[in-house]
Amino acid sequence: MRNKFMTFGLALIGAVVSFGSAFAGPAGEVRSAPWQMWLQEPASPTAERIVAFNAQLLVIETLIVIFVLGLMAYIAVRFNAKRNPVPSKTTHHTMLEVVWTVVPILILVGIAVPSLKHLYFADSIPEADMTLKVTGNQWYWTYNYPDNGDFTFDSLMIPEDELKAGQPRLLTVDNKVVLPVETNIRLLLTSNDVNHNWALPSLSVKLDTIPGRINETWTRIHEKYAGKTIYGMCSELCGVNHGFMPIAILAVSKEEFEAWTKQAQQTFASDAPPVPMTRDIAAIDNVETVRVADASAAR
Amino acid sequence: MANAADAHAHDDHGDHYPGFFSRWFCSTNHKDIGTVYMFVSMFAALVGGGMSWFMRLELAEPGLQYLTGGAPDMQFYNVLLTAHGFLMVFFVVMPALIGGFGNWFVPLMIGAPDMAFPRMNNISLWLLIAGLALLLISAFVGSGVGTGWTVYPPLSSSIYHPGAAVDFGILSLHLAGASSILGAINFIVTIFNMRAPGMTLHKMPLFVWSILVTAFLLLLALPVLAGALTMLLTDRNFGTAFFDPAAGGDPVLWQHLFWFFGHPEVYIIILPAFGLISQIVSTFSKKPVFGYLGMAYAMVAIGVVGFVVWAHHMYTVGLDVDTRAYFTAATLVIAVPTGVKIFSWLATMWGGSIEFKTPMLYAFGFIFLFVMGGVTGVTLANSSADLVFHDTYFVVAHFHYVMAIAAIFAMFAGWYYWIGKMSGKQYNETLGKIQFWMFFVGVNILFFPQHFAGLAGMPRRIPDYPDAYAGWNYVSSVGALITAVGTMLFFWILYRTYAAGTKAEQNPWGEGATTLEWHVPSPAPFHTFEDQPDMSGKQPAE
Ligand code: HEM
Ligand SMILES: [Cu+2]
Ligand SMILES: [Cu+2]
Repeated sequence: MRNKFMTFGLALIGAVVSFGSAFAGPAGEVRSAPWQMWLQEPASPTAERIVAFNAQLLVIETLIVIFVLGLMAYIAVRFNAKRNPVPSKTTHHTMLEVVWTVVPILILVGIAVPSLKHLYFADSIPEADMTLKVTGNQWYWTYNYPDNGDFTFDSLMIPEDELKAGQPRLLTVDNKVVLPVETNIRLLLTSNDVNHNWALPSLSVKLDTIPGRINETWTRIHEKYAGKTIYGMCSELCGVNHGFMPIAILAVSKEEFEAWTKQAQQTFASDAPPVPMTRDIAAIDNVETVRVADASAAR
Repeated sequence: MANAADAHAHDDHGDHYPGFFSRWFCSTNHKDIGTVYMFVSMFAALVGGGMSWFMRLELAEPGLQYLTGGAPDMQFYNVLLTAHGFLMVFFVVMPALIGGFGNWFVPLMIGAPDMAFPRMNNISLWLLIAGLALLLISAFVGSGVGTGWTVYPPLSSSIYHPGAAVDFGILSLHLAGASSILGAINFIVTIFNMRAPGMTLHKMPLFVWSILVTAFLLLLALPVLAGALTMLLTDRNFGTAFFDPAAGGDPVLWQHLFWFFGHPEVYIIILPAFGLISQIVSTFSKKPVFGYLGMAYAMVAIGVVGFVVWAHHMYTVGLDVDTRAYFTAATLVIAVPTGVKIFSWLATMWGGSIEFKTPMLYAFGFIFLFVMGGVTGVTLANSSADLVFHDTYFVVAHFHYVMAIAAIFAMFAGWYYWIGKMSGKQYNETLGKIQFWMFFVGVNILFFPQHFAGLAGMPRRIPDYPDAYAGWNYVSSVGALITAVGTMLFFWILYRTYAAGTKAEQNPWGEGATTLEWHVPSPAPFHTFEDQPDMSGKQPAE
């Protein structure tokens, strides 16, 4: 029974996902396309799970909506005053009431089990190959590579009138975050001022940057995204320019990444802004959320 | 108010109506207070609705068309967003469903002559109006409150929101909160002590049940908001640091306190709607409510569980994974009593002889919207899925379906259902039906496409968006326009009803309308049930 349901579900998911990928962004870019109706293409192991899980949810929820709508349509046709002039007086049916309590419970358990599995998967950080520190500022991001030469740079949105042909509005930044594919990347996030949220839809990464706290998560970009830019936007209201602090990751091969870090150490060495997180947070291992009470005192 | 003068003319129930000022400004009469609440709500709806239509106008196309003045205009968008949220939640839905219909019909339905504390009732009303005034003022002080209705620090702190606007906002919510706490006490005391002889708790109409549960939620949730607001106020003005990490405070503490209030708040909005829809569904199906006790205790269960799910709004703050697992599970649990409600409404209609008058159309529409918003709520309950959905338009679509527009549908349903009783005039049925269809089509075109924008990753609370989202946003704005026209048509119907409505019968709905308000004339006289009716031996909700 369960198996049949799963097969049916998976078939539908396949259909939906392939339908969804018809909406992929332009070549070389991972972002949404006009009239897109589905999630952005999954580029990390977590994202693959979340997209599939969401498809399962959609199947279940669509069936529920169709079921209820069907009942409503039947009621409207069959039990209107013209068709049914004499109302029944039934007000109880114990069996029915038990069924509509128990069946939803079963459905919800069926949802909760995979849901929690994915939650723990997304949260259990594997052995990290490198660390990226992200700091939110009003209204730009600061990135630091502690394991690759400890250089730091800011990433600001390019305003509309300075865009070059083909660069997407509100998403293009001056300095992309360059990250290697097939690498376990530990992400450490904090903020210098108000709450922001570092969100990449296609990686299923979405975590607040909060002053005084360091949040930790991870990602791993799939090989086939080497050479592509993955876009995201700030996802927590952070003031006037909240809509104008995009995130752009350039995924590259490991070799290119090595080469880039060498070069970046030069480029960003001289004009490196003061790094807000002065203490070595990379040394703190596998801590969910570290409260550094005075981290924001630095501002 | 047209019926004031009118009522003088028919002063044949031995009622004595006070003069205009004492009647409408110093009133202690539950019906008059209810009427004023209704008009306050409609005023706030025009302001809050106007703001939302302006936002949709700006969002209709990519790029900035109207907010072209740089940073101050971006702040203005955030101010509109915040004021729209506050107005709709605190000054439109709550005053209409609880202050308006609650005041009018709780005493009538339980056969009580008035509320238990009539003067306190008056204070509740005027505290709310004062709160509304402060909120409107806050938009014009300095650069306004641009924090969103969630007012998260540090953005709402004095560093990032200097000036007095946020303080005005805080005081506004304090007043609205005090108003609701007093109102809640009044309802609880009234319902527990003033029911007609023979009307046990288990025979009370479900609308009264819904107001009772709501009153308890208000009583438990609002003091927490008041505490949090006071902490924010002292952080801003008196050098405390509850929410400032630089001095040992924590911004996330605010989120816990706010959502401990905020989640029950959405049930405060929707529970009275549940009660109202139950009355209407039963009336127009000409059948008693199916599973009456299950319906009543489903509301109690929703109220109780609603207090232990708050952190599902905080999945991305960096909560420990076990905590998020708990909140996922607890949130999913709410779907069970919610399902009981929906299926019981369907079962009430099943076998009925349904008259699709305007109130019933709205009740039908409510059930549809609520199911739509409910299933997307199941998605959002999952902390794992929230990794892609948090703060996207999927959330905006979800809560407008399940809470905002569903509540508006209940308000329209209630207005059409009871306007004859309240004003003595009946609305025009054809216009009512046209208004329903315009509104129904409008809100679905408005909010359904936002699911797609959200799935595709569009963040909420932004005045401009990447070009890829243009299509669905345009459709959404077209829907907003239709909704706006539908709203204007409602105000026209309202005007026509008061000015030229046909005389309402005591019971315009026939055999299905069994509750006590249909046993008094239309309009309900100034004083009702000075002799309590005997309800012993009657069926539930009769
Ligand atoms: C007339 C129909 C309505 C329209 C066109 C509308 C439109 C909007 C828009 C455009 C936003 C801002 C979305 C964003 O930028 O993130 C919004 C947010 C919101 N709306 Fe509505 N809305 C309507 C009705 C309601 C109602 C009846 C309620 C009440 C209960 C409500 C409650 C809210 C809340 C709480 C927010 C969130 C504010 C925030 O992000 O802080 N809306 N609405
Ligand atoms: Cu932001
Ligand atoms: Cu909630």
